[in-house]
Amino acid sequence: MGLVAWVAQNTSLVFCFFANISFDGAAFRLLFSRTRASKSYCHFAGLLLNSGAGTSFLRKGNQTFHVEERLKDVCRLGISDLSSLIARGGLSAVQAAETAIERAQSNQTELNAFVSIDEKGALARAEALDSLGVDARAGMKLFGVPIAVKDNICVKGGRTTCGSQMLQRFVSPFDATVVRNLTDAGAVIIGKTNLDEFAMGSSTETSCFGPTRNPHDTSRSCGGSSGGSAAAVASFCAPCALGTDTGGSIRQPASFCGVLGLKPTYGLVSRYGLVAFAPSFDQIGPITRDVKDAALLLSVLAGHDPLDATSVDRPVEEYSRLLDDDVAEIKVGVIGEHIEAEGLTPAVKSTMNDALKALQDIGASISQVSLPSLEYAVAIYYVLGTAETSSNMLRYDGVRYGHRASGFSDLADMYRKTRGEGFSREVKRRIILGTFVLSMGYYDAYYERAQRARTLVMRDFDIAFEGVDVLVGPTSPQQAFMIGEKVDDPLLMYLSDIFTIPANLAGLPAVSLPFGKDADGLPIGVQLIGKPFDEARMLRLANALMKRNCSS
Amino acid sequence: MVLQPVIGIEVHVQLLTESKVFCSCSTQFGAEPNSNTCPVCLGLPGVLPVLNKKVVELAVKAALALNCEITRRSQFARKNYFYPDLTKGFQITQFDLPIATNGYIDVDVSENGGEAKTKRIRINRLHIEEDSGKSLHGEALNVEGTSLIDFNRCGVPLVEIVTEPDIESPEQARQYLLKLKTIMQYCGISDCNMEEGSLRCDANISLRNEDGSLGTRCEIKNLNSFRFAKRAIEYEMRRQAEVLEAGEKVKQATYGFNAATGKTFMMRTKEESQDYRYFPEPDLVFLEVDDDRIEATRKMMPELPDAKRERLTKQYRIPKYDAMVLSTSQEIADYFEKCASLHPNGKAVSNWVMGSVLGLLKERNIGIADCPVSPTRLAELLNLVADGKISGKIAKDVFEQIVETGKSPEAIVSEQNLGTVSDESAIADIIREVADKRPDLVAKLQSGKLNVLGFFVGQVMKRTKGQADPQIVNQIIRKVLLKE
Repeated sequence: MGLVAWVAQNTSLVFCFFANISFDGAAFRLLFSRTRASKSYCHFAGLLLNSGAGTSFLRKGNQTFHVEERLKDVCRLGISDLSSLIARGGLSAVQAAETAIERAQSNQTELNAFVSIDEKGALARAEALDSLGVDARAGMKLFGVPIAVKDNICVKGGRTTCGSQMLQRFVSPFDATVVRNLTDAGAVIIGKTNLDEFAMGSSTETSCFGPTRNPHDTSRSCGGSSGGSAAAVASFCAPCALGTDTGGSIRQPASFCGVLGLKPTYGLVSRYGLVAFAPSFDQIGPITRDVKDAALLLSVLAGHDPLDATSVDRPVEEYSRLLDDDVAEIKVGVIGEHIEAEGLTPAVKSTMNDALKALQDIGASISQVSLPSLEYAVAIYYVLGTAETSSNMLRYDGVRYGHRASGFSDLADMYRKTRGEGFSREVKRRIILGTFVLSMGYYDAYYERAQRARTLVMRDFDIAFEGVDVLVGPTSPQQAFMIGEKVDDPLLMYLSDIFTIPANLAGLPAVSLPFGKDADGLPIGVQLIGKPFDEARMLRLANALMKRNCSS
Repeated sequence: MVLQPVIGIEVHVQLLTESKVFCSCSTQFGAEPNSNTCPVCLGLPGVLPVLNKKVVELAVKAALALNCEITRRSQFARKNYFYPDLTKGFQITQFDLPIATNGYIDVDVSENGGEAKTKRIRINRLHIEEDSGKSLHGEALNVEGTSLIDFNRCGVPLVEIVTEPDIESPEQARQYLLKLKTIMQYCGISDCNMEEGSLRCDANISLRNEDGSLGTRCEIKNLNSFRFAKRAIEYEMRRQAEVLEAGEKVKQATYGFNAATGKTFMMRTKEESQDYRYFPEPDLVFLEVDDDRIEATRKMMPELPDAKRERLTKQYRIPKYDAMVLSTSQEIADYFEKCASLHPNGKAVSNWVMGSVLGLLKERNIGIADCPVSPTRLAELLNLVADGKISGKIAKDVFEQIVETGKSPEAIVSEQNLGTVSDESAIADIIREVADKRPDLVAKLQSGKLNVLGFFVGQVMKRTKGQADPQIVNQIIRKVLLKE
């Protein structure tokens, strides 16, 4: 019995509890529909993104510029420059927060990067930081740095919506561990960023708050699911943001928006307080504008957390310390399956060629490697990922918190209506798929096989890493697609994560670097994948590569 | 036609931990509803479970006590289903790789008053899981149409212990449960308080077909006392036999048991049973238990009931039955041993503990820890009897008085002058008085009819208010009246 027949047989879908989907015979259309609703989108004028070097004025001294002038450029500063400027008193934390918030607010209509902007909370926090003495400021790596946090990460007291109607008014009573790490380091959370509903999507279009637009071309998708975070950083609302990456959700939007997105090794950063999508894949990571900032932020986020059993107990590294060391001894493997994949756009191809040339220029040794099992990566991911999803979404039943439908006849009816109303199609689609692959009689054929195939992917990576230190390839087969282009075509949408998913399957660290642009100015990212917990080396190579790219 | 029942039992035992299995909330029973909760056990978005180390320790202990093989690398799994008192929509349990397998318990069962035989009941598996919350519905709240949920119990650690279908009678089932409870209590694994739900029992019952093959089984859920378990199994056996005798087939189903009517009632059929879609819990890592940890736990194990019974039999020279009764609880065995260390006659101690002491506890419905007669006091009392200072009959009275006053036996005896009358001349005087009144019986006695001896002993005992030692009285009667 295939999926269609299974869904037909389980018409009441007692395991899923939805009301407003009709399953009579047309279930397959629901799951793999290729029909596309014709939608027209307004084209906003692209934001003017000056590439003004924000650090240059600093060298001229703090006293040289008027405050107003300085504030204009504050948004362009990197984390360490900004935090040292504030810590030294060159700028107050309140001024930094105000500037970031103002920018976030003014961009909101065009971009819709934020689900909520916490002006009051951020300013109060900034004021408290400003009142700290010099000694107290000393250890704080992110002193006064405004940061945006993806809205599937719990921040105490504010809404954590996951972009879903189900949690539209949900207020978390606790901070995620990463949020505590950030605030302990002196960061100021300015707001929560938009995302695909429960992070399920690659375009930020499945959010109940509407899509986030790409700052480089607002008719285009910012990618997803951490699209709000990528757009916020790309549009200079904040120097950095937190994203989450289950199958590429940090790296793909980073690539689309021309920023840097880092997915750490599974277990390096605590998941406590991250609303689970697929727990064996999920990782929180930084989205920044350069490698230095990503390294700095990672050293704040990383660390063992007794509240997360999958978090690894190992000393935290200072990732930014050795960034500028020589990279000549780093052996780079080019993933043959990715670089020669069908469907790469010419611009992505030429960007990859540039990247390989830059790698040669900086003295890295390059060889091509093959990971045959990557062919199955997307299939494995959508079996295992949806299985975990179907289970994680069970708690949203209207009993204790979140949306509850009104007007139900009994408990089962309450479940059906609540879940029918609270979840959008994409989430339901994944719940149905996941429920199917875990069902009696299908578990072995789908879940169990996918689990075994996942170990094959891990093995292929192990073999590849015997000969090389870092793998390289494109982040995405294409530049940012149009909003509405793929949202009704799940398979096509799922394939946009084809190059990012393997790192999640194997739990490896991976980073997408903004490396090029196409003729229309749309950014293109290059992906590096490192060995487990070898972020330092991967970031060192990334740094050299980006520097080379800027200077060429 | 009597068909052989085939019974398997699943028991959920609540582990004696301070905190819950995946968070640090208290497990205290009877707290204000929903006061022992936190984001983790409430399953709020973003939370993760972290395994309580004490749970593992107690589960390993339970596994060793039940002679199980311990899985070196066991795994947690999610059991997915919707229920309002299940906060996450899944229960974290163990499925493919439970922490322990292949154990057994030996129970002694005497069927229909026959001699007790040892029966080995194999244990299929033991696994760790979390409890769910508790729904309270309208009637219980005096609010019609309302249901409230108390999540205090949600996340309380349990081990589930599943037998093979080795149990052949309701009485074996009851004995298995009693033994299991004793073992759990011995090891401090659980208090097994059934009223508070810390031991819960489900039974699977089928009747073996005439050709020896297994019949269709039915499950009876939530048997909350051992007596009910036995009655429910008896009822279910009869029900299934009646179905078969009527030429029909037993349908696989889950039943509940109504203690008021003594009948089982159908809850759901096999067709209605849920697909729980078990899969490995991705938020928890493999549970590794290495040899060092097993050995360390083994060293902490107390003497188990079977071993204790053997030792008590040998060390104190008491019958096997006495040793079994005394070892049903560690505290009772400790009481016995403490007393037996102060009094040399083990059998006398076991008689007193099994009779007077356990009788008193039952009468007052108290535990042995609250027994008003300490083992030291009991030993003092038995020593007085052994030394001939008081008679056995007086000893019973003195025991009662210790219970009432808490005074030492010596004090009671001396204050009330209860000591044995051992003054031969005084007893001889009494004998003469009695003899004067009944010359007829004296004549009978002297003519060799020794059966009247008892009359004289009785009279003397009566006049000395039981303080004389009957054996000594007997000797003096023979001396005075028979000139022996």
